[in-house]
Amino acid sequence: MYLYPKWIRIWHVINALVFLILIVTGLSMQYTDKENATYVVGFAKAVRMHNFAALILVINYIFFVCGNFLSKNGSYYRISRKNFMPDLIRQYKFYSSGMFKGEKHPFPVTEERKFNPLQKITYVLALYVAVPLLIISGIGLLLPEITITTIFGISGLILTDILHITMGFFLSIFMIIHIYTCTLGHKPTSLFRGIITGYHVSEDE
Amino acid sequence: MKLFMFRISILLALISLFSFSSSGSPRFDTVSDTLKDTMKETVKATVVFVSPFAAANDRCFKCHGQDKYTYTNETIGREIKDIMCSERIIRKKEFYSSNHKSFGCTDCHSEEYTKFPHAGTLRMEQKYICLDCHGGDAKFAKYHFEEIDSEYRKSTHFKMENDGFSCWKCHNPHTYKISVRNATNLKETIEYDNSICLNCHSDYSRFQLLSDKAEIDLIKEHDWLPNQASHFANVRCIECHTKINNNIPVSHQIRPKAEAVRLCNECHSQNSILMASLYKFESKVQRRDGFFNGIILNASYVIGANRNEYLNLISLGIFLVVLIIIGVHIVFRIRNKSKTIKEK
Repeated sequence: MYLYPKWIRIWHVINALVFLILIVTGLSMQYTDKENATYVVGFAKAVRMHNFAALILVINYIFFVCGNFLSKNGSYYRISRKNFMPDLIRQYKFYSSGMFKGEKHPFPVTEERKFNPLQKITYVLALYVAVPLLIISGIGLLLPEITITTIFGISGLILTDILHITMGFFLSIFMIIHIYTCTLGHKPTSLFRGIITGYHVSEDE
Repeated sequence: MKLFMFRISILLALISLFSFSSSGSPRFDTVSDTLKDTMKETVKATVVFVSPFAAANDRCFKCHGQDKYTYTNETIGREIKDIMCSERIIRKKEFYSSNHKSFGCTDCHSEEYTKFPHAGTLRMEQKYICLDCHGGDAKFAKYHFEEIDSEYRKSTHFKMENDGFSCWKCHNPHTYKISVRNATNLKETIEYDNSICLNCHSDYSRFQLLSDKAEIDLIKEHDWLPNQASHFANVRCIECHTKINNNIPVSHQIRPKAEAVRLCNECHSQNSILMASLYKFESKVQRRDGFFNGIILNASYVIGANRNEYLNLISLGIFLVVLIIIGVHIVFRIRNKSKTIKEK
């Protein structure tokens, strides 16, 4: 089943590469010390690479949001209130026990439903909440002169930075889980193949 | 649910947008500190210093306190208006807010100056240096002026001593005031201290009085520095251009250009040198639980230096839990697979 159009695949691969660069350079800035100054990429290089990768991320994100508005891809992210929690629990139970008992996938992938409920909520939180917050707080850190003052007695820069690193951390965790759950397809590699070729292979095919 | 998610995201977006503004300084005080600072400022503003030598000093300020002065030329018998040499102008207001405000002019300068016209021989008067008063005095022992002097002698500035460089080039005895030690507004202190360097280093006409080097474009020279404007506003030149000496209040050993700090991690790290320089006087007061080098947060935020140990621990914990869950899941998948194969 052809599920991932070319623009989605291009966006996805750029996003993945840029995110990896941002994670590595972000960690380099936050955790290198005098003793390990060149650890990973080193602070000075990390700043330049982080800024450049962030710029690409923002452009790529705008491309993604516009693509979702203009194509039917956006509809895959719409969360229905109907059966929201029961569906989430069903999906969770499948991952935690059902799949080991040979149960069928409760929400098989179709052309109308690309994501299962757990995927959908995670993607919405990551792409429509965490990434915008990451970008806004990133701009605040890139241009500290426009950020700031105190917010309820706390420095705006600290809050902006904490927001940035927290979102960065959660998105890094998301990335780890995302990569792992991508091994849960028909075969461990089939979902990876899908995002490269555009064709999703399900158990029934 | 959609509405709930929408509300949450709007709230979070508002919080982050709320931190964007252009005014004010990012202080991070406790209530009592703020109150203390306000009281200090109020006292400063209401108490005007009155010098015991005000009347005598005024005789000097009459001419030396302004750009133009008037005197009666008895030889030609008329009043003459003349321009005061810029090096000889001492602004009264600046003098009375300086460290040496309690002195009379003739405490340091010859009594002969009280006569006008001043005798030509007075030009040969040997000027005091800092150590003449501050050296070998128990009252000033805690500031280690002798060590400051020995650091200055190792400094790149000392090489120009024969060309006219002296303590006074940076610490004008008529206007200099202690800044960082008594700082209530660190941003202003940084600006004041940097202006001392820029006085010569961004004014070629003054710079070339002591050096034959070509004019230096400071902005271009610091091109490599990311967020240059932010660095210039938030740290002093001496943070990178001096060698730290923990025995003296402020480092005085200006290093040659090639030895200046260029490694970002000197400041952007857990053991940031800023704690031994800019934040030296406050670093004993480690406010802000959980933040490394928390005192920096009072006036600024330094990536890499202000890590939060609680966030570090929480994130490490979450990371490990995720890895364990994935690991357990993998084990179950492997077991399940081998079971399925056996059954077949």
